[in-house]
Amino acid sequence: MGFFLEHREAIFIVILSIFLGIEVISHVPAILHTPLMSGANAIHGVVIIGAIIVMGHADTTGSMILGFIAVILGTLNVVGGFVVTDRMLEMFKKKK
Amino acid sequence: MNEIYQFPYGISILEVTYVVASVLFIFGLKMLSHPLTARRGNILAAFGMCFAIVATILFHKKDGAPIGNIPWILAAIVIGTIIGLIIARKVKMTAMPQLVSFFNGMGGAAAALISMMEFPHVSPELIAEHGMANGHVLAILLGLMIGTVSWAGSMIAFGKLDGWIGDLRVKAMKYVNLTILAGLIGLIVFIMTRDVKASAELTPYIYIMFAIAVIYGVLFVMPIGGADMPVVISLLNSFTGVAAAMGGFLYNNQAMLTGGILVGSAGTILTVLMCRAMNRSLLNVIVGVFGGGGTSNIETGGSVKEITLSDAAVLLSYSKKVVIVPGYGLAVAQAQHICHELDKLLEEKGVEVKYAIHPVAGRMPGHMNVLLAEADVPYEQLIESDAINPDLPNTDVLVVIGANDVVNPAAEDDPSSPIYGMPIVKARDAKNIIVMKRGMGKGYAAIENMLFYNDKTRMLFGDAKTTLQNLVIEVKSL
Repeated sequence: MGFFLEHREAIFIVILSIFLGIEVISHVPAILHTPLMSGANAIHGVVIIGAIIVMGHADTTGSMILGFIAVILGTLNVVGGFVVTDRMLEMFKKKK
Repeated sequence: MNEIYQFPYGISILEVTYVVASVLFIFGLKMLSHPLTARRGNILAAFGMCFAIVATILFHKKDGAPIGNIPWILAAIVIGTIIGLIIARKVKMTAMPQLVSFFNGMGGAAAALISMMEFPHVSPELIAEHGMANGHVLAILLGLMIGTVSWAGSMIAFGKLDGWIGDLRVKAMKYVNLTILAGLIGLIVFIMTRDVKASAELTPYIYIMFAIAVIYGVLFVMPIGGADMPVVISLLNSFTGVAAAMGGFLYNNQAMLTGGILVGSAGTILTVLMCRAMNRSLLNVIVGVFGGGGTSNIETGGSVKEITLSDAAVLLSYSKKVVIVPGYGLAVAQAQHICHELDKLLEEKGVEVKYAIHPVAGRMPGHMNVLLAEADVPYEQLIESDAINPDLPNTDVLVVIGANDVVNPAAEDDPSSPIYGMPIVKARDAKNIIVMKRGMGKGYAAIENMLFYNDKTRMLFGDAKTTLQNLVIEVKSL
């Protein structure tokens, strides 16, 4: 119970975000499914923030190495995700 | 949180930035769902991500200590950016699904690593007060489990789509997978009920859990055939979102929470929509055995009839209405440009050419749209299968290029077929059907396709690109 009281703000955010995610995606034409999936893929790269926090407080060599890898992987997710999405959408734009 | 960098009334710059980033994510996703604003939406979300990252490095504090090791963090970001840019730019459009799967796996792995590093550092006060059974530990364990499954699964999906990992289908797999899943949950319960002073004492169990989660991720994706791959990638995508959100709980970080959960829920809905389109239940996906293997009780009857290139060229040139049904074969052969050339040629001759786009044709939803957009095929020519079906009886020639399951009439006729109930392009309603195919091999779902034996069907065997090139030459010479 303590957990829920302590994190009631976070739980509030979670519930709202769930509905928001459903609402946002339910009007997407099939033609944009692949770019959308790719864009969503880039957004969960937000996990990089966690990697930065861990890395920023790492004190042992082991955790430094793991943190370093985590930040690289997170960056890959973010950069790769957004660039690939942009590449896909660029092709949509070319023609009218 | 931050005493120094505060606006009046105790609102920190970091929190404000996170709110801004979350809003940009939401707007980004929203704009991504309209063709005109999609590109700006993506860039907007990318800006949100940059804000969140920079603000975290500058302003984040844990128990009063700012972020350290900044040179290393920046070095890692630079390395990741360079590798990411190279991969993302070099890969061909046909390999997009693999790429999304690959980057998704990276995110999952990052989430799993975070959990692994945080586990030994759960504060002793928290454990003294609540024991191991607290929300903090649960978030770490779930983050590890979901992140790892997503990583391992994505790598297998990547390998399968790239063609260097085959399918593995064993009936018992379902039970094996369920057992492993139960084992993972059991392990979480086990860890959370231990009576220890410090979480570090339980670290070995974390590695066991990681290993089991890897096995589960691998076994989860191994039996799934390519026709169902879109569903799996979408599902794994939402997994990673949830794993990222676990990090949000861990650090009380709003940006991670909103970003992760948004993707988690949006990805789940997309998965459900896709499952529904293919008449599968989500439970079957999670348990891990589906796709192919089903035995059809319709005998394969008759023989297939071939058509020569010149006959096909004549048939197409003197038609009024032609509908092209593209599939994965078109993508593999990289034949989208030559295909568009053919359709332009026919249009010059006064033939009306449309494309029938099945939502799950190819390896991802919308795969065909991306592919044909690359070849500059105008939007107006791409019609979704539901919209074009009523029009098919008036269609003179329907050309199937490298598609199979999405035109298989078994989805309507044969209740025992694994694809029964899946909406299809009703190809057999057309007056004539030309099927371009490499050989008589079965489609990805590995089921016989009666359309090929239909009286109205003519086969044109060969690689889609070569066949189309020859066909263009024939049409030109008429």
